[in-house]
Amino acid sequence: MGSEEQHEQWPARLHVVTGKGGTGKTTVAAALALALARGGRRTLLVEVEGRQGIAQLFGTDPLPYEERRIATTPDGGEVRALAVDPEEALLEYLDMFYRLGAAGRALRKLGAIDFATTIAPGLRDVLLTGKVKEATTRSVNGRRAYHAVVLDAPPTGRIGRFLNVTTETARLAKVGPIKSQSEGVAALLRSPMTAVHVVTLLEEMPVQESADAIGELTALGIGIGKVIVNGARPPLLASRGRVTKQELKRGLAAAGLPADAGSVAALQAEAQAHLTRRELEESLRTELAELGRPMIELPQLADGVDAAALRTLADRLAGRG
Amino acid sequence: MPTATARLDVDALLADPSIRIVVCCGAGGVGKTTTAAALGVRAAERHGRRTVVLTIDPARRLAQSLGLTELDNTPRQVKGIDTDSSGGELHAMMLDMKRTFDEVVQAHTDPARAQEIFANPFYQAMSSTFSGTQEYMAMEKLGQLRSRDEWDLIVVDTPPSRSALDFLDAPARLSRFLDGRMLRLLMAPARAGGRSMFNLVTASFGVFSRVVQKVIGAQLLTDLSGFVAALDSMFGGFRQRAERTYQVLQDRETAFLLVAAPEPDAVREAQYFAERLVAERMPLAGLVLNRVHSTTLDLDAAASLAAADALDAAGDQAVTADALRVHAALVRQTEREAQVAQRFTAAFPAVPTVPVTAQPADIHDVDGLRTIGDALAA
Repeated sequence: MGSEEQHEQWPARLHVVTGKGGTGKTTVAAALALALARGGRRTLLVEVEGRQGIAQLFGTDPLPYEERRIATTPDGGEVRALAVDPEEALLEYLDMFYRLGAAGRALRKLGAIDFATTIAPGLRDVLLTGKVKEATTRSVNGRRAYHAVVLDAPPTGRIGRFLNVTTETARLAKVGPIKSQSEGVAALLRSPMTAVHVVTLLEEMPVQESADAIGELTALGIGIGKVIVNGARPPLLASRGRVTKQELKRGLAAAGLPADAGSVAALQAEAQAHLTRRELEESLRTELAELGRPMIELPQLADGVDAAALRTLADRLAGRG
Repeated sequence: MPTATARLDVDALLADPSIRIVVCCGAGGVGKTTTAAALGVRAAERHGRRTVVLTIDPARRLAQSLGLTELDNTPRQVKGIDTDSSGGELHAMMLDMKRTFDEVVQAHTDPARAQEIFANPFYQAMSSTFSGTQEYMAMEKLGQLRSRDEWDLIVVDTPPSRSALDFLDAPARLSRFLDGRMLRLLMAPARAGGRSMFNLVTASFGVFSRVVQKVIGAQLLTDLSGFVAALDSMFGGFRQRAERTYQVLQDRETAFLLVAAPEPDAVREAQYFAERLVAERMPLAGLVLNRVHSTTLDLDAAASLAAADALDAAGDQAVTADALRVHAALVRQTEREAQVAQRFTAAFPAVPTVPVTAQPADIHDVDGLRTIGDALAA
C-alpha cells in the first residue's frame, strides 16, 4: 500500500462520477480509478446500475458482486472493480445486522427483496450508496482498504435523487436501522471526503444538464469536484473565422494533391463545418467555466477506448501529459 | 455507410394510414426526442396527419420550440408549422408522471379514498420515484391517447431509462409486482378486516414479519399495508389497460424505430432492443442512425496527414495543413462509425436503416426539425 495522503488534485476519498448518457462517464470513472491507483495505491471502481459497463470497458466477463482486480499500474498500483447489485446488497446488509442466514434466502424466494427495492426506490438507493460507503470507510489491519473509491454513478438526470438518500427514506422510515443507515450515507456524501465530478461533452444538452445537476447537488449540500470535458478536439484552424477556396487551392497544389474545384469545395465545406462547431464549443466552454468549478479536458480518442487509451486519459487526469 | 441492408423509407411509414403509433427507442443521448419531434413535424406538414408527439423529458430549448413551456400533461398544438396545404396538425405534450398517476387513482376510486391514497407516504414515494413509474405512466398515457381515437398518429419518445428495455418490461413488472406473493402477504390483513398482519401464522410469514418489523418498524408497516390495500382496489383496471397497451404495441398499427448514434454503447443497446422486439413479436420498422459523419473528398486519412506534415515542414500553407488534419480526423471518424454500424447490420441484416448526418449545431427550432425530417426521409 502507498501513502495515506490524498492526491493533491483529487483530495476526496469517494469520487462520484456522473454525466449525461453518452458522455463517457464510465470511461472517465475507470481512467480516474487508474490515475488514483498510481504510486502503488489501491482503488475501487464501483458501478450500481447493473449495466456491466466496467466489464465491457475492460473486455472481461460480467462482474460478480465481489471486488475483483481489474487493472494494475506499472508502479504496483491496483484497481479493483465491483458491480453492486441491490438484492445482494440488501441480503448482505440484513445479514450484517440481523444474522439472517437461511431466512435471508427465504426472503429472496418470497420475492421480498424485489418487492422491497421496488416499492421503496429510496431504499434501493440507500442500499447501493450504503455499500459504496462501506467500501470507502473500510479498514483492514488499521489501514484503509482503498485509497480512493470511484463510483460510476447514475446519469445527471437522476443523480440528485440518487444521492439525496435521506429525504427519500426519511419520508418512509422515521426510525430504525434504515434511517440510521441513510443518515450515515448522507453524512459521508455531504462531507469533504466526497466529491461529485460531472462529465460532459462540448455539446449543448450535456452542458445544460451538467449545469442543472451542479445546481441541484449544490442545493442539496453535496460538494462538486471537477467538470470533466470529455472528447475535446485539438484546436485546429485556431484563430480563423473563415477559410477561403483560394488559399486551399494553393495549399493543395503545394502538397501535390488534386486541387480541382470539387476537391477544394469539399475541403472548404469540412473546414467551415469544423469552424462552426468550434465556435459553438467555445461558447459552451465559457458556459462551463462560469459554473466556477475546476475544469479538465480529456482528448477525443481517435481509435476508441482500449487499455492504452485509458492510460492516456489517466495521465491527463493525474496532471501528467 | 454499409449499403448491404435496405434503406428505411420514413415517408412511406409516416404516410401509411394503417400506422397509428410510432415508438422511438434507444439509449440515452442519441437524439430520440429530436427524432420523435422531427417525425411529428414531417407527418403533420408533409403527410397531413393529425399527429401528437408524446415526449418524456425534452431538452429545454427543444421543448420551447414545440411550444411546451410547461409540463401540463395535455397535448398542446404546435405553432409555427406549415400545414395549410396538407391539412395535418401537430400537437405535443410532455409527460407528467405524478399527475398521470394521480389521474389513474382518481379514475379508479372515490374522492375520499383518493385523498387517503394521496396522503400515504408510500404513494408519494412511488408516484414520483418508483423505478418504472415513468415507464408505466408513459404506457398509460399512450393507452389514453390511443383510446380517444382523436389522433391519426401518435409518436412516442420513450423515457430515458436505466435501460431502453424498461419500457417494454413495465407491464410485465407491474403484473409480477401485483401477483407477487409478497403483495398478497401484505394484503392479507387488509382483506381479513384490518387486523394486524402479525396475527397471521404461516411458517414463511413468521420469518418475514419478524424481519420486516425489525428492519422497517411498525409505523412503516401500517403505511405500507394501507398503501398495498389501496393498490389492490384500483390496480386491477390499470394492469388490464397496461396489458392492452402492450398488445397494441405488438399490433401492425405500431412501428418501432430504434434510434442510435454510431457509438459502441448506443449500438449495443440498439442490438439488445432489436433482439427483444423480435422475441416479443413487436413490429420493428427500422434503425435511425443519428449523427453520422460523412465526407465527399476522396483522400484517405494517412495521405491527408502526410500532406499536412509536408506543408508544415515547407512552412507557408498552415491553413491548408490544418484543413487537411480536420479532413483526416473526419475520415477516421467515418471509418470508425461505419465499423460500429456494421455490428448492427451484421446482426440484423433485415432491418432497414437510415443514416442522419450530424448537424454542426444542436436543434432547437422547427426549421431544424424540418432539416432532420428531410434527412430522415432522404
